[in-house]
Amino acid sequence: MRFVTVSGPPSSGKTAVIIKTLEHLQKDGQKVGVVKFDCLFTDDDELYRKNGIAVRKGLAGALCPDHYFVSNVEECVQWGLQEGLDVLVSESAGLCNRCSPHIREVLAICVIDNLSGTGTPKKIGPMLKAADVVVITKGDIVSQAEREVFASRVHMVNSKARLLHVNGITGQGSFELSTLWTGTEETATVEGKKLRFSMPAALCSYCLGETRIGSDYQMGNVRKINLDLPTGSKTDGGPQDLGPMNTGGGS
Amino acid sequence: MSRQLETLTVETVFARWPFVQQQLADNGLGDIADRPEARLAELLDADQLSDLDGFIGVMEEFLGTNEEKVGEVTITGGRAKDGSPEPVTELTVKVGEVICIVGPTGSGKSRLLADIEWVARGDTPTGRHVTINGQVPDDKWRFSSEYKLVAQLSQNMNFVMDLSVEEFLNLHAESRLATDPQEKIQRIWNWANELAGEPFALDTPVTSLSGGQSRALMIADTAVLSSSPVVLIDEIENAGIDRQQALDILIREEKIVLMATHDPILALMGDRRVIINNGAMQKVIEPSEAERANLKELRALDAKLMSLRHRLRMGERLDRI
Repeated sequence: MRFVTVSGPPSSGKTAVIIKTLEHLQKDGQKVGVVKFDCLFTDDDELYRKNGIAVRKGLAGALCPDHYFVSNVEECVQWGLQEGLDVLVSESAGLCNRCSPHIREVLAICVIDNLSGTGTPKKIGPMLKAADVVVITKGDIVSQAEREVFASRVHMVNSKARLLHVNGITGQGSFELSTLWTGTEETATVEGKKLRFSMPAALCSYCLGETRIGSDYQMGNVRKINLDLPTGSKTDGGPQDLGPMNTGGGS
Repeated sequence: MSRQLETLTVETVFARWPFVQQQLADNGLGDIADRPEARLAELLDADQLSDLDGFIGVMEEFLGTNEEKVGEVTITGGRAKDGSPEPVTELTVKVGEVICIVGPTGSGKSRLLADIEWVARGDTPTGRHVTINGQVPDDKWRFSSEYKLVAQLSQNMNFVMDLSVEEFLNLHAESRLATDPQEKIQRIWNWANELAGEPFALDTPVTSLSGGQSRALMIADTAVLSSSPVVLIDEIENAGIDRQQALDILIREEKIVLMATHDPILALMGDRRVIINNGAMQKVIEPSEAERANLKELRALDAKLMSLRHRLRMGERLDRI
């Protein structure tokens, strides 16, 4: 079974891109499935089912969606194998910008849209930086110049990734994307494999359900914002601790 | 070192690779600019020279300056939707040509354009092959952000950035690492104003341009700043833009223009037109003498309609037309 992780900011078109891309594989007689990860609610599973795609959904609820993903991904892979799928896609939605569900040796796709603003490629760092393929959507409604500027911003964050434009409505570009999905290695398990980028750190009192505000109630892994600017400095300049970057491995 | 930078003067290097000046300044070597006559060997050590040589290599690749120019694109026919062989077995389009694509909805126009964009190698549903300058092109045309074979212009496209025309063009020029951006910005703005008829200022926000002005700016910008050799146009609306001049600008900037249109005037402006149906190119025809003659008449009709539109706008009655 081939396994593909798809990430991207909310409403960037992940589900539409996945459905359009899987359609080409289904025409080829392949059995395809999706595990949809979300936070509180999703009815995308209905959409997948309607398109003849085997689907399971997982809602993180009160947990960090990224941690929830990584704690369940092996079970999802085993489900896919049991179902006899040729291709299994994990779709992670509702992630924070710090999240990156990509796994070494598993094809990693990041879906990002032209309408999200030229600052977005930098803001979503890890999920974009660690992707093998970057899919840019909603190119049909912005100007050529904006598409080129956006693509160059993506290139600045991730110069190694393959870059494809896909239209989630007409499906243009999805056939091309599907050829990359079938060209990957088979995955029998993700047990023991490593994430490409560490998960967001957690475990402060708020992780455990604290709701009151104030230093007295803050325990554990807590960091304070620096509001005092050194004279002459325009930005806070403090290091934004992103944790170690794992760039090794690819698919 | 292939470029023999050490033997060149600062002046020569800056003239040949304008982006070097910024690169040196960014690395604390900006004062080199004060000694234009000096040779680089006197100013930089071996490591610095080798770094600079590498940087120039990367930049040349990015800018496509050391690349062969795309002169023609050839599409070799594949099969129709029903599996029968495509009637048009080969179509070559050259720089400076305008090719119109006509056919009913669902006939396969989009797939043809997608085949070109993806530089098909018999690996798409149509089985078509696309070659550039007679050669099978490499993967960069498929996947990289710098090399996209096709730039697109359609009626549904809008500007979404909250920037003035000048800031917007600057941003695009920057992302393309354009040489002499000020000249290019000025040229785009002049052309866009000529195309649109209704002039706009450089400090106008792009989001408040009229439909015609937006389209004019998109066309001029694509002609000058886009790296894609093929420009695909999905209709150009009749209102507020000089369409013949729009095509002329794209041709002057050495683009291959593909235009999906059902507008008789636009269709007759093309050098050839490709007729698509059942997922295949059925025929390629050149406008006949009679059609060319009719184009004059159609233009006169068009001018008439435009003048009525103008009179309406000015508050006149159309009792006599």
